[in-house]
Amino acid sequence: MSSALTTTVYVPCDSSALSLGAKAVADAIAREAAGRHADIELIRNGSRGLYWLEPMVEVATPRGRAAYGPVSAADVPSLFDAGFLGGAQHRLALGLTEDIPYLKRQSRITFARVGISDPLSLDDYLAHGGYRGLTRAIAMSGAEIVQEVTASNLRGRGGAAFPAGIKWKTTLDQKSKQKYIVCNADEGDSGTFSDRMIMEGDPFVLIEGMTIAAVAVGASEGYIYLRSEYPHSMRTLTAVIDAATRAGYLGPNVLGSGKPFRVEIRVGAGAYICGEETAMLESLEGKRGVIRFKPPLPAIAGLFGQPTVVNNVITLASVPAILDRGAKAYNEYGVSRSRGTIPLQLAGNVKRPGLFELPFGLSLRDLIEDFGGGTASGRPLRAVQAGGPLGAYFPDSMLDLAIDYEAIAGAGGLLGHGGVVVFDDTADLAQMARYAMEFCALESCGKCTPCRIGSTRGVEVIDRIIANRDRSDNVELLRDLCDTMTAGSLCALGGLTPLPVLSALKHFPEDFGLPLAKGDSIA
Amino acid sequence: MLSINDKDLGTPARDSAKLVTLEVDGRAVTVPEGTSVIRAAALADVAIPKLCATDSLEPFGSCRLCLVEIEGRKGFPASCTTPVEAGMKIRTQSEQLSKLRRNVMELYMSDHPIDPFECKAGGKCELHEMANAVGLVHVRYGDGGRNHRDLPIDDSNPYFAFDPSRCIVCSRCVRACDEIQGTFALTIEGRGFNSQMVAGQHEHYIDSECVSCGACVQACPTDALMEKSLLEKGRADRAIVTTCGYCGVGCSFKAEVRGGEVVRMVPNKDGLPNHGHSCVKGRFAWGYATHPDRVKQPLLRKRISDPWQEVSWDEAVGYAASEFKRVQQKYGRGAVGGITSSRCTNEEAYLVQKLVRAAFGNNNVDTCARVCHSPTGYGLKTAFGTPAGTQDFDSVVAADVIMVIGANPTEGHPVFASIMKRRLRNGARLIVADPREIDLVRMPHVEADYFLQLTPGTNVALFNAMAHVVVTEGLVNEQFVAERCDPREFKQWREFIAGERNSPEAAGKITGVPAEKIRGAARLFAQGPNSAIYYGLGVTEHSQGSTAVLAMANLAMATGMIGRNGVGVNPLRGQNNVQGSNDVGSFPHELTGYRHVSDPLLRADFEKVWHVTIDPEPGLRIPNMFDAALDGSFLGLYIEGEDIAQSDPNSQHVAAALSAMEIVVVHDIFMNETAKYAQVFLPGSSFLEKNGTFTNAERRISRVRKVLPALAGKEDWEVTCALSNALGYPMNYNHPSEIMDEIARLTPTFAGVSYEKLDRLGSIQWPCNDAAPVGTAVMHVGEFVRGKGRFLITEYVATDERTTSRFPLILTTGRILTQYNVGTQTRRTMNISWHPEDVLEIHPHDAEQRGIRAGDWVEVTSRAGAIALRAAITERVAPGVVYTTFHHPETGANVVTTENSDWATNCPEYKVTAVQVMPTARRPERLPADKVIAAATPSAR
Repeated sequence: MSSALTTTVYVPCDSSALSLGAKAVADAIAREAAGRHADIELIRNGSRGLYWLEPMVEVATPRGRAAYGPVSAADVPSLFDAGFLGGAQHRLALGLTEDIPYLKRQSRITFARVGISDPLSLDDYLAHGGYRGLTRAIAMSGAEIVQEVTASNLRGRGGAAFPAGIKWKTTLDQKSKQKYIVCNADEGDSGTFSDRMIMEGDPFVLIEGMTIAAVAVGASEGYIYLRSEYPHSMRTLTAVIDAATRAGYLGPNVLGSGKPFRVEIRVGAGAYICGEETAMLESLEGKRGVIRFKPPLPAIAGLFGQPTVVNNVITLASVPAILDRGAKAYNEYGVSRSRGTIPLQLAGNVKRPGLFELPFGLSLRDLIEDFGGGTASGRPLRAVQAGGPLGAYFPDSMLDLAIDYEAIAGAGGLLGHGGVVVFDDTADLAQMARYAMEFCALESCGKCTPCRIGSTRGVEVIDRIIANRDRSDNVELLRDLCDTMTAGSLCALGGLTPLPVLSALKHFPEDFGLPLAKGDSIA
Repeated sequence: MLSINDKDLGTPARDSAKLVTLEVDGRAVTVPEGTSVIRAAALADVAIPKLCATDSLEPFGSCRLCLVEIEGRKGFPASCTTPVEAGMKIRTQSEQLSKLRRNVMELYMSDHPIDPFECKAGGKCELHEMANAVGLVHVRYGDGGRNHRDLPIDDSNPYFAFDPSRCIVCSRCVRACDEIQGTFALTIEGRGFNSQMVAGQHEHYIDSECVSCGACVQACPTDALMEKSLLEKGRADRAIVTTCGYCGVGCSFKAEVRGGEVVRMVPNKDGLPNHGHSCVKGRFAWGYATHPDRVKQPLLRKRISDPWQEVSWDEAVGYAASEFKRVQQKYGRGAVGGITSSRCTNEEAYLVQKLVRAAFGNNNVDTCARVCHSPTGYGLKTAFGTPAGTQDFDSVVAADVIMVIGANPTEGHPVFASIMKRRLRNGARLIVADPREIDLVRMPHVEADYFLQLTPGTNVALFNAMAHVVVTEGLVNEQFVAERCDPREFKQWREFIAGERNSPEAAGKITGVPAEKIRGAARLFAQGPNSAIYYGLGVTEHSQGSTAVLAMANLAMATGMIGRNGVGVNPLRGQNNVQGSNDVGSFPHELTGYRHVSDPLLRADFEKVWHVTIDPEPGLRIPNMFDAALDGSFLGLYIEGEDIAQSDPNSQHVAAALSAMEIVVVHDIFMNETAKYAQVFLPGSSFLEKNGTFTNAERRISRVRKVLPALAGKEDWEVTCALSNALGYPMNYNHPSEIMDEIARLTPTFAGVSYEKLDRLGSIQWPCNDAAPVGTAVMHVGEFVRGKGRFLITEYVATDERTTSRFPLILTTGRILTQYNVGTQTRRTMNISWHPEDVLEIHPHDAEQRGIRAGDWVEVTSRAGAIALRAAITERVAPGVVYTTFHHPETGANVVTTENSDWATNCPEYKVTAVQVMPTARRPERLPADKVIAAATPSAR
């Protein structure tokens, strides 16, 4: 039992921290504490997202939480010896968590509680401002809630950046008796992990966001489509759905509003394409995950043919704060048409990988250099791929681009789900272009011809270019193929695969054995 | 592949009153709201290239050839998946579009032989058509890339082959199987480039759930799925629209002909019964028409112990005529008769009955409908005034509740079943009443709300109990009854039906169906809003067959489920022309249009045209003919297109009767069981070899057109004419159209029918006359044909055929998809691959008690006889019930069926026979009944 003398110790239960040994650290702390008769309460929190510091152990002290990291199980006795339970100095000491500059300089709204609260504790969620958004929403009409979300200028964080309020309004306007909320938790973009961090670190916020959406549009059933590679998310979500249901935040009568809302989890089977909303709906219906043509939009005829709001985890998890603090407060962050904050996920060849929730507008260079600390290898940076496997490769010369949907699209790329992957000068961009086609070939649902056949032919054509077989003809053919895939594909997988391919060809022609074109630049 | 001249509008028609006008390449076109851009363009005669779109299937959007430009929209939307909007301006041709389409085609052809000469589809391949249309001449990807060239061909299906190397993964086959047929046998396996169409769980077609309906073959745009007959014979040079000769659905087909040979049968997209769909029989099992067993020359023998001699038509017909005359002289005018065929055309059936009434001078004519749907005729005529189904097939699309009783549509009427299943998938509720758990009870995306597994022979008790619920729970449609029905009879019926003996609780004891289920089904049916009954021989072939039809009519009237689209009492008729042969006067007591022969004014009309005096007395029914033969008073019979020795109940009795006759003339396309007792065999013509009309179960008269010359030189109507002429009664028609003109002249319900109109409209549902010049889809709208609907008292009376300790099980019978009736035709096709023998289905409990294992030979013994079959152990049948099909003559199912029959019509009680089933070492010879019963008497066991 905890008492005034009990010290609270936090060890993340986040998958990344676990993969770095967090469980062994937690076990070692418990063991040491027992052996030393130290009165501790061990809480498995979410990760702060500073992955180069994981496993990062925090200790509650009167001055605030003191952080240590990266900690291995072997370090634990020395931490106890040093008196870390009192926040004492140690070679792994990071000072107060809130003073860690990479954390301090963030604007944590969606991730406000991640790493702070106990992910599985409803009481802790409530203690940290949880369910204030829903409480406010229940007092509003559906149209008012939708208006609030519209006014916040929240856009879909899954990648398409479609205004969430407009989507919700479309579903709200449908007369159907049955509507659905579907949360897209099939986070498959390379170098992205923000959805997972929410689901492991603050799962209640997602459930609250879905519930607000349901109350707004009049949906009674919600589904979370979770990728099978996230077993920890499955466990945390299952636990909090159960807790929320028992406490009346879910169920036949949400918070006494008279409105029902239930949430179920459906686990995917490993297909990237099921992250595309229509393929996801097919999969949710128990069918093969293939793309549906639009129209009709899912907001009008989605799951089982009924009006359905399909939003990404981060989009939905951003809603409680918007309802709690008001649209205006959220909208004050950001630049131009990209408002609010975005959890950027920095990965690849970078010194300080992790998640940084920041207002739109920062440059890619600032993110990579200030937050990321440059390449991990120490070699010169050569290319950056923003927006997952379908994003463009940018050369160093373009890194002053602002992190803003329109600015990045204008430069021939996309921001997508907020993943940024860094490559040093050993990267071969012709191989990366080939990989983009190969990825498409592996993950294509096989429905439309440009993607089904084109991606396989793309790999073959790039191989011929690399091998210098009829190089100039094949480069022309590759461009033609990319045009065909862009203009002809049924969904974004085939339609956007040309982005990494053509950007690699444009910015790094020498990797394809081509001369540098006039005006093209390399670092 | 579509038929050679079919036009394809890309996507299905949309039904909307709201019209939208748009512009396609500068041409204004107005279409219903919801129509796709590609269809609107096609209607404006602008062909947009396409591969995955076809107007029999919902749009899919995969091929990306039909991309267009729309003013004010970015990108290149697919015209198949984009609905029209008012004022839309579509551009279907531009430099960019041309390049895009050519590049997409190039991708297709990079995994396909580009040389059209390699294409087995012989120039009708949509892929090569499109390659030409978009101007693709060269594939830049070379031929060293990944491909599907080495995938093995699946030729396991006897009728078509699947060559995956020619497949373009457009999913048209998969969608056809799902959307049209509703079997869900096909799927796309794998992702991306590995996507591949497979049957079942990646099995051979023949081992999958595939029912060989041909929808996938029809849908395939390339030579990946092709009829083997087309591969062998090459592309047809002409297509002739005709009507299928199998079941009472009466599907319209295009017979594709090359030279003097049928290449394939393709379901007709414009055919109203089938809308371009087909089943394994109609589409593929037509090879019997040229089977070597066909008799091509008339045969004659003076005694049935003599061998057959091939003779000329004149000799055969002359001998038959002289014998009939001799028998009539010796035994009286009534000593001979004829049987019309439900397999032949209306015109042919009409001529046979005319021959009997005019040339024989009596009314001894009957038809095989006697043994199937005669209670339908009696019951529906009595209650409503017309002895036929009340609806058209498409009515089922408007039904909210569908009740299927005593019918197995997915086996017996598969094309109608596919329409019904589509309606069920779209939300209609389903009640199935059957002793056996038929597929419809639970199949992909279809599940019965109520499955009432009743004991054979208890239909009337079930209907009465449902009506009891309607009456006692305030579910009567009082307004309908008050306006439309005879009030006195309704009052009497209401009192009768409300009686405790008709309660579900009482019926539960009789039928074995729990009372709550009966109540639930009755409430569902009454709630509608549109509830329709579909039934088959499981209702009619009972001692109370006619009562059951009346009881259904009562239920439908009490709930107001008659006289509009989506409701009705609908018989699913077994044979292609069983409706028509009845319509044209095949019954001994009725002239055409179901009018009693005793009516002097009616006879006078016929006498004026026929120039003879018609006997006012009704003639003999088939069972009476047999009895009279054994009495020595009926000794000559002309049988057209019917194997009575095989298909009539109690085969031994029939055999004895035929043996007793002095002249039996069998007119058929194959030697059959009945011909064993015949002195003259007249070779018939198959449905491909003649002109005429068939009338299907929805009263739809459709043209049968001559596709091939008659194999034996004469169409059946010509043979009947020759026989009549030889008998001294002249029949001289130049063409069957003249026979139809005569029927129309003499029959008010046919008054408006002519070949000219049939050619113009495609088909006509009778009544067709001045009041209904294009025919009648739904009957009894506003008023019953007879005026007020009649509620008759339908007291349940148990059949005399009861189980005893000696015969403790009830045998009932049914059909299987791939075989047709006694199998004369289907057993002479590759359909035999699916059903090489009839088996006896028995419940595991009953099998266990008798020590029967799956596949064992068992002997089935009844009071009438014994047969041997192999056992199939299944819970589809309830304990106490056994089931078999009757498609194989060796089975001799009718050896065991008894002489019990419907009280009103003598329709045999095929569906209820008390039997014992015992293991037997091997298939025994058929034994006479008395010996069998002695042998089967329980001994030590």
